[in-house]
Amino acid sequence: MPDGNQLSKDHRVGKSIPRPDAKVKVTGALHYVDDLPFEGLYGATVRTKTARGRMTGLRFKDGVDVGVDWREFAVVTANDIPRTSKLDGIDPNQVMLIDRDQPFLVRDEFRHVGEPVCLLAHPDPEVLRRAVDLVEIKTESLPAVLDYRQPPTDAQVQRGEPGPDANLFKRIVVSKGAADEGDDAFSKVFEDAAHIVSGTYETQAQEQCYIEPNGIIARVEVSEADAQGALWPANPWKLIIEGSMQCPYYVHKAITHLFQLPDDGVQIIQAATGGGFGGKEDYPSIISGHAGLLALKTRQPVKLIYDRVEDMAFTTKRHPSRTHLRAALDADGKLLGIDMDVTLDGGAYLTLSPVVLSRGAIHAVGPYRVPHVRVHNRAVLSNTPPHGAFRGFGAPQTVFAFERHLDRCAREVGIDPVELRRRNLIIRGDALAISQRIDEPIELHKWMDEALTAGKYEERRAAHAAFNEAAETSGSPLRRGVGVATFMHGAGFTGSGEDYLASEVMIRAAVGADGLGGVEVCTANTEIGQGAITIFTQIAADALGLPLSAVQIAKPDTDQVPNSGPTVASRTSMVVGHLVARASDDLVRKLESQGTLSDGDLHPNPDDDRASALSDARGRKFEPTALRGALATAAAQDGGALEGWATYQRPPGGKWNDVTYKGIAYGTYAWATYLADVEVDLTTFETRITDFVASQEIGRVLNPLLAEGQIQGGVVQAMGWALLEDTVYKDGRITNPNMTNYVVPTFADVPDVQVLFQESPYAYGPWGAKGIGELPMDGPAPAILNAISAAVGVEIDALPASPERVMRAVLAAQSSEVSS
Amino acid sequence: MTVSHPHTHLADAVAPQPVSFTLNGDAKTLNVRPFRRLLDVLRTDLALPGTKEGCGEGECGACSVLIDGEPVNACLVPVIQCDGATVVTIEGLASHAALHPVQEAFVAHGGAQCGICTPGMVVTAAWMADNKMNAAAIREKLSGNICRCTGYSAIVNSVAAALGESE
Repeated sequence: MPDGNQLSKDHRVGKSIPRPDAKVKVTGALHYVDDLPFEGLYGATVRTKTARGRMTGLRFKDGVDVGVDWREFAVVTANDIPRTSKLDGIDPNQVMLIDRDQPFLVRDEFRHVGEPVCLLAHPDPEVLRRAVDLVEIKTESLPAVLDYRQPPTDAQVQRGEPGPDANLFKRIVVSKGAADEGDDAFSKVFEDAAHIVSGTYETQAQEQCYIEPNGIIARVEVSEADAQGALWPANPWKLIIEGSMQCPYYVHKAITHLFQLPDDGVQIIQAATGGGFGGKEDYPSIISGHAGLLALKTRQPVKLIYDRVEDMAFTTKRHPSRTHLRAALDADGKLLGIDMDVTLDGGAYLTLSPVVLSRGAIHAVGPYRVPHVRVHNRAVLSNTPPHGAFRGFGAPQTVFAFERHLDRCAREVGIDPVELRRRNLIIRGDALAISQRIDEPIELHKWMDEALTAGKYEERRAAHAAFNEAAETSGSPLRRGVGVATFMHGAGFTGSGEDYLASEVMIRAAVGADGLGGVEVCTANTEIGQGAITIFTQIAADALGLPLSAVQIAKPDTDQVPNSGPTVASRTSMVVGHLVARASDDLVRKLESQGTLSDGDLHPNPDDDRASALSDARGRKFEPTALRGALATAAAQDGGALEGWATYQRPPGGKWNDVTYKGIAYGTYAWATYLADVEVDLTTFETRITDFVASQEIGRVLNPLLAEGQIQGGVVQAMGWALLEDTVYKDGRITNPNMTNYVVPTFADVPDVQVLFQESPYAYGPWGAKGIGELPMDGPAPAILNAISAAVGVEIDALPASPERVMRAVLAAQSSEVSS
Repeated sequence: MTVSHPHTHLADAVAPQPVSFTLNGDAKTLNVRPFRRLLDVLRTDLALPGTKEGCGEGECGACSVLIDGEPVNACLVPVIQCDGATVVTIEGLASHAALHPVQEAFVAHGGAQCGICTPGMVVTAAWMADNKMNAAAIREKLSGNICRCTGYSAIVNSVAAALGESE
């Protein structure tokens, strides 16, 4: 984009514009899927109860005494789904994502507790719930993998052949310097080093815990001839899905395959969505398939809403991880080599594991200059529900391990953890571990120092040392510590991902509520709390030079909006927002080329009024009344409203190589330093976060209020992962799938999070903006555990740092001191 | 035979009976099974879906309503317990077209993100405001309402503004 990054006082971009969707939210008037007017049947899912086995039959037990009359129910099993698609010959009973290994309904073998076997529909949701417990699934047991860290026995192999690749979903090796030359050369780096520091780090599954559980409504439109009779209509029919989701076109892809329908035979509509965080990226496809099957079977609308327990027990979570790390450093604490071995627990099916692994691998070594690197990454199968997308998408796991390890290295070398970072941070022109050279004007040392100043790092370190010494003397149980993490997060799909997506945005001339001309922005990107509606409104208003009220955002509906890609990967503002600006420009060009706007409509005082950055660059800025008049005319023109379009184009520069894992992994990165201050009570071993500073460079702050809120929300979610949120499994079944026993942070658990922004505009984001959605999830856990480790003088290497875990580590260190 | 939801049996076992309460200023008498959850009666029978179900076990506060002026989780209240009481839901907070000051503050200070916890959050915050509580108590008084989006700071700022003080 030409230099359109300057903002005037009249721009709406850069200001804390209140959400257009705020009023309906604060009044409770916004209808989420379970609030929509509905007449039809309710659906429920019968699920497997053991971790792995073979299904041999179903028995529907008599339920007269609890009011269950099976004649009133619709029942769907895998037997209702054909084995080959009439479209492409592939088994329709496969969820189309990266692989096709996961069935919508179990046919024979099953691989995790809670795998869907049978679907029920009934007019009364209470009767339905009782019926679920009356379906008995007869099974033969098979050997399950219950610990992803252990190599599987031959009988446990469910993917690939026995051997090193048994149960492997994906292997990725990031390699640089001597590691490219082979094992001997890489070993030599470590042999010659002044310090070799080793550690092992583990992280647990984390539940997204959006406050609105998953839910879908399905409706069918069939011809008169197909209204009764065979399950699968003979004539063309349509399936309409509406519900809570992040990615309508992902659902569309999965549903056209299951139902063997053409693209226009399936309509996917996003209902207002009460949080996603990645948890509504892929799983809504499965619920949509289930609701659709029941709707097809009954020829009635079917509503399938999960309750909290069902949602927490059986839908996706953050991948658990284990990382072995070995660092070679010189005597001054400069990193010479990194040898890292990362294993992610993918769960029972492949789902999104390869791309989660990829993002983790690329972010593993962070913004540091390391000449010799080998990061070996594996995603493996275990017999739990599949792990999936959750804010950060693999990066929080590897960043946790690496940033924790840097503190251990600093203690080994005998320098301050911040000084060790300072000696190793990249400067402009340096390359990341993936050999991507960073040519944008970064100033990581300066930005880190600003964060440390805001967080009073030096003062705190000195004060805490004195406090802890006094506490030791006086017998006080309190210990204080400060910790830091420095990291980055790439926005948009990894590597060539955005090229494959080829996202499209359309902006259409429209008439607003005030009767004047305006536009409707049509994208498939969903408002899930992050502020997509607000940001798109600001961007289109400024790109066109229109009042905010003249911009409407279309409801994501695959019959109405183009495929602008999924609402994931911190891509909505940066990638799709840029397309909104470009499509706005295209609309103006078309108004000009068809003569609806002419030179006579140019703004008389272009410098005195807000206008389009893109039009700014072309020197074409129109008088607002003339522009709105032209848009009103274009909205009513014959053949449909005038449309402006934009399709993703890769920024110039290098490519990504998916084989060597080198190159331009992301067009840009946001850079951050986070600081945590903690107090640990050695009586209860509880940690209290006393202060937190989140400082980041994000290109351009499009809306300060929203950006700050999104960072604070991500930080607090990560605080939960760091200290509170634990998932406990027994025999492949989660034992705490509820909000009583899975504890997320409340108001009382966290401090106010101080947020700082630096802005170094990115040429291919709207007004320079980079993506920020996931960034705040990466840094808090290592910063907090670094602070705890500093406070108690013992390295805490696994999450969550619960009182029990901290106690065990402290007591173990004390007993080893006594014995040695 | 096991039933996953223990309230199911109780809710069904007792015959419907009249239950009367004042709802958002209007007198209501319903013929309902007395042990049904107030949450279900509000959302289904009374067509007031502003009160949300987040967890169904009194942890998240998305279903917060005021009963006789006190915030409670509607998912834990059998409707019979409201007999003779005054119930206020999110739909009863705004008077005519005017938003409650707490609602205005949530709009201005970014207190709502995805919005699903917001009605319950606003109800509890309005209880604080209407009872002229101190802003220093916000984090304690709202700790029964969970938000997964905001990290709480923007809500604290919103409520503090509505209370007429900064935190």
